[in-house]
Amino acid sequence: MKYDLLLIRYAELSVKGKNRKKFERQLQNNIREALRDFPEAKVFRTYGRMYVELKGAPLHEVTERLRGIFGISSFSPVIREKLEEEAVMEAAHRVTEDSLPDGGSFKVSVRRINKDFPTGSQEMNQKVGGYVLRRMEKLRVDVKNPDVEISIEIRDEAAYVSGEVIRGAGGFPVGSGGRALLLLSGGIDSPAAGWLAMKRGVTVEAIHFHSPPYTNERAKQKVEELGNILSQYGGNIKLHIVPFTEAQLAIHKQIPDNCEITVMRRFMLRIAEETARRRGIMALVNGESLGQVASQTMESMYTINEVTSMPVLRPLVTMDKLEVIDIAQKIGTYETSILPYEDCCTIFLPPDAKTRPKLEKIQYYESFLDVDYYVQRAVKGIETIELTGISRETEEINELL
Amino acid sequence: MIYLDNSATTRPWRSVLDTYIKVSESYFGNPSSLHPLGGEADKLLDQSRAQTASLLGVNKKDIIFTSGATEANNLAVKGAAEARKHQGSHIITTSVEHPSVLEAAAALEQKGWEVTRLSPDKNGEISPEQVEEALRMDTVLVSCMHVNNETGSILPVEKIGECLKKHPKVLFHVDYVQGIGKVPLSMTESRIDLLTISGHKFHCVKGTGVLAVRRGRLEPLFHGGTQENRLRAGTENTAGAAALAKAMRLLLDGSREAAGRMRSLNLLLEEKLSEWKGVEINSPKNRAPHILNFSVAGIKPETVVQALAQKEIYISTTSACSSKQGSGSRVLQAMPLPKERSETALRISLSEETTREDIDAFLLAWEEIYETTARKGKQYEI
Repeated sequence: MKYDLLLIRYAELSVKGKNRKKFERQLQNNIREALRDFPEAKVFRTYGRMYVELKGAPLHEVTERLRGIFGISSFSPVIREKLEEEAVMEAAHRVTEDSLPDGGSFKVSVRRINKDFPTGSQEMNQKVGGYVLRRMEKLRVDVKNPDVEISIEIRDEAAYVSGEVIRGAGGFPVGSGGRALLLLSGGIDSPAAGWLAMKRGVTVEAIHFHSPPYTNERAKQKVEELGNILSQYGGNIKLHIVPFTEAQLAIHKQIPDNCEITVMRRFMLRIAEETARRRGIMALVNGESLGQVASQTMESMYTINEVTSMPVLRPLVTMDKLEVIDIAQKIGTYETSILPYEDCCTIFLPPDAKTRPKLEKIQYYESFLDVDYYVQRAVKGIETIELTGISRETEEINELL
Repeated sequence: MIYLDNSATTRPWRSVLDTYIKVSESYFGNPSSLHPLGGEADKLLDQSRAQTASLLGVNKKDIIFTSGATEANNLAVKGAAEARKHQGSHIITTSVEHPSVLEAAAALEQKGWEVTRLSPDKNGEISPEQVEEALRMDTVLVSCMHVNNETGSILPVEKIGECLKKHPKVLFHVDYVQGIGKVPLSMTESRIDLLTISGHKFHCVKGTGVLAVRRGRLEPLFHGGTQENRLRAGTENTAGAAALAKAMRLLLDGSREAAGRMRSLNLLLEEKLSEWKGVEINSPKNRAPHILNFSVAGIKPETVVQALAQKEIYISTTSACSSKQGSGSRVLQAMPLPKERSETALRISLSEETTREDIDAFLLAWEEIYETTARKGKQYEI
């Protein structure tokens, strides 16, 4: 089955009044970026519609790419036909066969924008419906609740016929909703949180805390890999790698074991906030979910959050672990996340962590540490890498293979 | 040198060797080690696996790297039989399989399994009806090669797979060693559960192979570490896996054109050789593009092989595995061909690199050797 175009729908955007143009432009750019491996495919807008003209690009692969792009509510493969009754009917027949290979119910909706076309839309509905019905078995008409709606648009230049509606990723185009800094560990949660933030149009930068020699290169590689996977959903991601050893050792030395995690989290948040502030980023995103582990109880959140006044977005806050795992599997980060490398959250894990840390106590313990010194040192030592979807190693490996 | 024994083994491609050497030098870490060297090796191995899987149209986790096809075939046949012995103890295979399947089946027979060996018709083919008839309640495995290594005949694995769709409990193993890059085959569409390939048959190094396990639990042959999804213990051959993935990509990238070229050279050979008195073509019309098997009445095949070798042209008598036993081709006997004909068989096998010039040079040499040996035959005998 040969389709010429893909019609892109973006329902949520259309309510956005004045910003609409901006959103559309962003979406168009994001689609172009996602299809950069298929230079023959052209993305264009016309009459409030967006199309991908395939021009020989493989439909299946283009479809797979489009599925991941935020801002698309749905899309449909379309056949472009010349303005002749017979040709349009035959195209409708092909589309129906393709959309309903095992039969089912359908309806035909013709819109005649080009009034020079001799047949009216009502008459055309009946003609096309009859034509298709006569040629296919196990097919019936259902105008109320059809399995597939065959829509035909008769425009000035050509007629467009489409059937199947493929669900898009929804949300807003990445780049239309400001920038946020994601606290990216190597776990299952934070990539899922980042993905959900991107879904609302947020451009994500990531920050990762690295404690050599207690956490090794593989843990860092793993985070790069996670960032690379995320970048498939919203373009390049800047990953800021924080040297965290010094701060962590100081905490380990000074703070009672069972409060270490809380203090460490406070440091991470401070460092993230400082990094965001320097980069003009206005929010932080993390993978916390309420009550999941010791550091994510309500009391912990209260105590940890106290160090920043910047909004901390927690897209996973109400989710169960299994819901998060579902997302991680869907976006392809799960397999990488479960690789068993120590990250900085787990190395100095005490046997018992406080689940209800008292803010006053924590502040008292911290008063013996030169907090600002460690935060500034860590921020200064940040190494930033640009993740493009393909890591350096992967590039090297690709050359070998 | 004109090398026309590509079904025995192939000459490794330069770029594949480059990968093998580069990986051996720079990615020598044990993929299971936690340090960065291990991590890099693991990542490379993982990518090699992903590439191999995508070229075969299966999932990454389905790819088990082995030391070659013999191990893969043994793992498939014995591993499937052992894992399913509670379910039944009957195996179906053919009498024209590679020894690594036939002998593995024979070893199981010794231990109490029952084996049905289907015989091909005069074209060297097995019909799906034969398989259907042989199926029993306690059948656990059907193992059938795709392209026969001696005659090049193409067995109807697609149809057998179709017929096995009605028997979901039976595992289907296909030895695809001679078919890959020559005759396309889809594991999923042909309902193949287990598929064997061998690297050195497509310009990779020796000691590389794959068993693709799309479905079905297997009992491992080796016990030890948890490598290869617990099916093949032992430190992974990272360089071999990377080289195999690369060779396979290069092979399949150009396979359609290459197969067309080989087919026309193969037909040319058939046409020219048939002109000689006493020459009979043993390969069926429906054969893989790279293999031509023929017999020459009255001339000992070893004589021809050695005489051609003196001119640096290399062909073979029968499959490399049995050519030193000198007992005539088991496959041709199974077809069945007369003893005389199966004992005088010669095999020419082409590769992606064989040119028209190679074939012309071979035909010229052939003419000379035929003239001399046919007249004063004894002189050349060894």
